[in-house]
Formats: sequence, C-alpha cells, structure tokens
Amino acid sequence: MRALRTKVAVFALTGVIAASLTACSGGNAAQSGPVDLTMALWSSNEAHLALLNQIGDAYVAEHGDEVSSITFEPVTNPDYIAGLTTQIAGGDVPDLAWIPEASGPEFVKEGILYDVSTVLESADGYEVDDILPAALTPWQDDDGSIFGYPFSNSPFALYVNNDLVAAAGQPDVAALSGTPDYTWQTVTDIAAATNAATGAAGLNIPTFTPTNWSTVTMLGTAWGAEPWSEDGTSCGFDSPEMVDYLTWYQDQITRGAIPAVAGNAAPAAFASGDVAFSIAQLSQSGSLDDTFDWTFLPLPSGPEGYHPIVGQAAVSVLERSENKDQAAGFLAYLTNPDNAALLAQFFPPPRESLLNVETLSQAAPKLSPEEIQAAIIDVVPVADVKAQNPALSQFTDKVRAALDPVWSGGDVVEATTTVCEQISPILEG
Amino acid sequence: MAFVAPQLLGVIILGLVPFLFVIWYSLNEWRPLTGEMEFIGLANYEQLSSDPTFYASVAASLLFGVAILVFNLGIALSLAVLLNQRLRGITTFRTIFFSPVVVSVVAWSVTWGFLLAPNGGINGFLKLVGINGPNWLGDPSTALISVVAVQVFKGVGMNMVLFLAALQSVPEEMLEAAQLDGASRWRSFRSITVPMIAPTILLTSILTTIGSLEVFAPVQLLTGGGPGDSTNVLPFLLFRTAFVSQQFGYASAIGVVLFAIILGLTLLQWFTRRRWVHDEV
Repeated sequence: MRALRTKVAVFALTGVIAASLTACSGGNAAQSGPVDLTMALWSSNEAHLALLNQIGDAYVAEHGDEVSSITFEPVTNPDYIAGLTTQIAGGDVPDLAWIPEASGPEFVKEGILYDVSTVLESADGYEVDDILPAALTPWQDDDGSIFGYPFSNSPFALYVNNDLVAAAGQPDVAALSGTPDYTWQTVTDIAAATNAATGAAGLNIPTFTPTNWSTVTMLGTAWGAEPWSEDGTSCGFDSPEMVDYLTWYQDQITRGAIPAVAGNAAPAAFASGDVAFSIAQLSQSGSLDDTFDWTFLPLPSGPEGYHPIVGQAAVSVLERSENKDQAAGFLAYLTNPDNAALLAQFFPPPRESLLNVETLSQAAPKLSPEEIQAAIIDVVPVADVKAQNPALSQFTDKVRAALDPVWSGGDVVEATTTVCEQISPILEG
Repeated sequence: MAFVAPQLLGVIILGLVPFLFVIWYSLNEWRPLTGEMEFIGLANYEQLSSDPTFYASVAASLLFGVAILVFNLGIALSLAVLLNQRLRGITTFRTIFFSPVVVSVVAWSVTWGFLLAPNGGINGFLKLVGINGPNWLGDPSTALISVVAVQVFKGVGMNMVLFLAALQSVPEEMLEAAQLDGASRWRSFRSITVPMIAPTILLTSILTTIGSLEVFAPVQLLTGGGPGDSTNVLPFLLFRTAFVSQQFGYASAIGVVLFAIILGLTLLQWFTRRRWVHDEV
C-alpha cells in the first residue's frame, strides 16, 4: 500500500513539473489577418492615455484590415525597464514601447529595436527631415537606420523660487539671465546664501540619487567634462575637467548650496516651496501653482560656457514583436506631423516645425511665452542629449559605488580614478 | 498524503519548479530583451569567483546577517523578559513592540529614511542635546548599521512574541526552587530559563538568519546599495544584475549561491544544536 502511494506521488510530481515546463514554453504562431497591437509605456496619466487611445482608434478605423485593436499598457513597476524586462521575460512581448534615452544606444546596439526608417521615409507626408538631427541621432546607427522616434525632447532648465530668493535678500535671478553674470557660480552663491538665511534647500536636482548619478555628471559639460569619449570607448571621469567639476560640486554640498546626499532618498520637491533652485525639465511645471512666484530659465554657464542639455523618451518597435510591420505602420502614423502636434500637448516635440510658442504653450500652460522662447525654443536646436553609452547598464552600478565618496566629502581624484579603473575594461569592450 | 497534497502542490508549483528553473538559468547566458539564451555551463559561476563586487556583497550580507541576528535576538529576549510580568496594561506594551511587524516594509523604510536624513528627526533630537549627528545613510561607517537598526526594529516584535511564549512555559516551581536555594536572578536566568527556552532560541536564530540574508526593500529604499558597496547585500546585487544589467543568467547564479549560503548556515545551526539544545523529544 505504501509502495503504491509512493508511486502515485511520484507520478503526480512528474506530471506537475511536466505541465509547468510545457506552460512556460513556446510562443504564439504568427497571426494572419488584422492583428492586435500593444504598446508599453511608463505613464498612467489619464490625459496621456486618452490622447493615445484617440490616435489609436483613428488608426484602426483607417487600417482595420491590418490592425484590429491597439492597447496601451502602462508598466506599473516604479523602475520601468525592470518592469518591461520582467514582462518580456515572462513571454508577454509588447509590439511597441517607450524607451528612455539612457537605454537607447544599448538597445540599438543589442538589436532589441526594429529599424523603422523605411516605413517612416515612405509614409505620406511624414517629413523625416523635420525631425531635429540632434534629437534623432541617438536613435540611429551608423547606417542611418532609425530605431525610435524621440516623442519627448525636453531641455533641462533652472527653476527659481523667486519668493525664497527675495526673502534671503538675494538679487533677481531672471534679470541675470542672458548676462555674463549668469553662471553656475553666481547661482550657487545665491543658493548658499538663501540656505543660510532661510534654511530652505539651495539648489537640487529632483531626479538625483546616487544610483542616478548621471543627472549630476551631465552638468559637467559646462566645465568641458565628459564622462567618456565621443565614441564611448574611453573613460573621461579622471580627466582634469571632470575632477574640477566634481570638486566644485562637492564644495557646494559642503557650504550648503546643494543639500547633503542622504542615502537613496529623492531630494525635496520644488513644488514644496522649500527649494530655491531646481534643475528639471518642462514636466515639473505641471506640479506648480501660484503658491509661490517662480521662474523657468535656461541653464547657467560654466567655466567652458553655456552647454544646454535635453533628456529624451522615444517610442520604438521591439524586434521581438510578432507584428513588426504593422507596429511600424502605427508608429509612423502616431508620430506624423499632425499627431506629433497633438502629442506636443504633453511632450516637447523633436520636430522643428512644432518648435513655436503656440505649440509648446499647450505642454506648459504655466510658462510665459518669453520663458518658452528662452528656455525651450532657443535651446532645443543647439542642445546635446544627455551622455549615453551602449554599455551603460553594465557599468552604471560600478560608477555609483565609486562616486559615492564624492557626495560625502571624500577624495575626488581617488574616486574618479577608481571609476575609470572599474569601467575602462567594459568601455573598451 | 491527501491532507498535505494541496499544500504540497503549492510548494512544488510556486517553490520547487521556479527554483529548478533558476538553477537552469544560471547555466545559461540569458538576455530577455533580445530573447537570446545560450547554454554556457558553469561560466557564470567562474565569473562570480573572480568578481570583486560579488565578494564585497557576500561580506556585506554576512555582516548584515550577524548584526541582525545578534541585535534582534538580544533585544527580543530582553523585551520578552521585561514584558513577562503580570502587570496591568502590560498587553499595551506588548502590542506597541509588536506593531512594527505588521507595518508595510515600504512605509517603514521611507519613514526611517526621513528620520535618518542629515536634517531629519534623529539628528534634530541629537542637536537638542548638543550632538552633531552624522549623515547616517550617506556615511560608509554608519550606513550598514543604520539599515540594520531599521530592520531590527521592524522584526524584533515577532521574536519577542515567540520568546514570551517560551518564557511562559518555563515552570515557575523550578525558578522558585532555585530562588530558595539562593540562586540570583541572573543565575536562574542563565542556568534554568535559557536552557528551557533553547528550542525557541534555535527556531528564532534559524528564521532570523534566513530573513536577514534575504533583506531587500530597506536597502533599495534607503541606500541603493551604497555608500560604495557597504550595503550592497546579495539580494540587492541580484536585483541590479538582473534588471539593470540585464544579465538574468548571472543573476540566477548569484541566487543559487545565496541559496547555498542560507542553506549552509541553516544546516550548521541545525546540526550543532545538540551541543546546546537539550530539551528535544
């Protein structure tokens, strides 16, 4: 009897394991006829989704023989790439996805994204040439293929809490903008004085955490500092320019111009009214109201002049999609001039024809026309995209660990030398 | 067999099968976004053996584990002894000390993040008494112990309850007899109470060791593995390797090694128990 029960248990166990392996295997056979498309994105904003669904429904109405439905699926994981990766590892591969600019070059190099250049260039009225070259280049390879449309091409700017600065008896920062005195040193002097007088935070970068170190190193371009060479194969952290910049940044933390770094916690929000200066993109203006008087200015100049920076998000077709051609067709429709103008309600567009006050004021209704002109329209055509590297995901944590002493008063030269020792083998490939 | 079948089925489907898959993935180079999976045998383990970050992570995990074990059990037993009294309102104190156990780990960690900030509650209190507190989470010398403290205060209530139950099972006659024979309270505790509750100490030791080596959320929320690699414990390294570096095979190898470490320490405690746990049936 016991032997029989043992045999039954063994067969049951084997059956369960076999069923599990079978359930985990294989994909779907290619569909014929109209297909269902899915797009992964990191926004669950109802207005964003309503607009996307509106565009999707219009496309299905026109191309019902190719696409029967388009579903927009927000990835709810706070780390979008982690959530997207988990979803894909589980066999649920979306046809299209939003891609952050930090992941762009790596995804292009690894063949994760589908080349849509032929589809875009052949689409009626698409006007690929209308897309700013500086905005599109990060999503292209050397052959000119296009792997993504940077639907959000948003410059970093300086938000100023005028009430706090005035309460500290400091000069009007907006009046300095455009003059030779509008420099990082001037701004941090005012930040330090404001912190000393009011106790409020001086200058912060809301998206900075030690893990997200690139939001600090990106500002080093104003010192002539680049984290790596243009071809991404040699380390620039130990350059004199980067050492000078990080030493300056550390000094600002020491004197209170920039708040001390406390673990992995995000800095205080500018909207709280307790921050004098904040370096952020256009989207931050959506959280602000009339509680305090604020201004939106271009970034100041550093020792090596004025170097504007943009951050991007692109929409791409995934190479693993089973409906690449249909997805590419929708991508061309979603990002054509007419729909790009609709998307510009929320996201600064990469199209030159849409860089005007009328279009951009929809994305930032709280900014004045002068602010839009000075901090966005004049900036975007000459701005560089935040430094990217096709191997970034392989070394970002090594940089994080090695740079940590910089935030807490450690030896900058030693820290940057360690960064290069750690990442050079990866950069060199 | 029929009684345990549902539970067994759950353990197999949700535990054993995924574990076997992790071992398989650790023998492959797997990048989900490209769909590439290539069998590479033990190459991931060979890479681990020469990875200085991995060794730093093991060291951080072991330090973390020992610190949590010592402080958690020590504080839990002390609290249990203090609360093992028939006093009016004692239940209120027991509830207070147990309540962190049922609080969401994310809410707990975020709140402690505010308290441990350079201008947070703890430094504010220290300032009142004339002490300039450190940057608890930003200083390599205090970051790990800060996360240990957060984790200990979160979980000490559970072990306190277990010790309380064990203390209440110690026969009072034995303690009275010892008192009559002239034994001090400390001697009674050391020679009667501790041996009597040794099985519970063993249980809490094993469970706390396992839990301490699996801590992830406080590290993710408070320190991000830093400063440097001081809090870069194995579960956090595993997560970053998989979801940031996109190396699922290598991350699976880290998972297998973590499992082996936890299993090894558990077996070590189990097979050495006879030297100090004498109350087994």
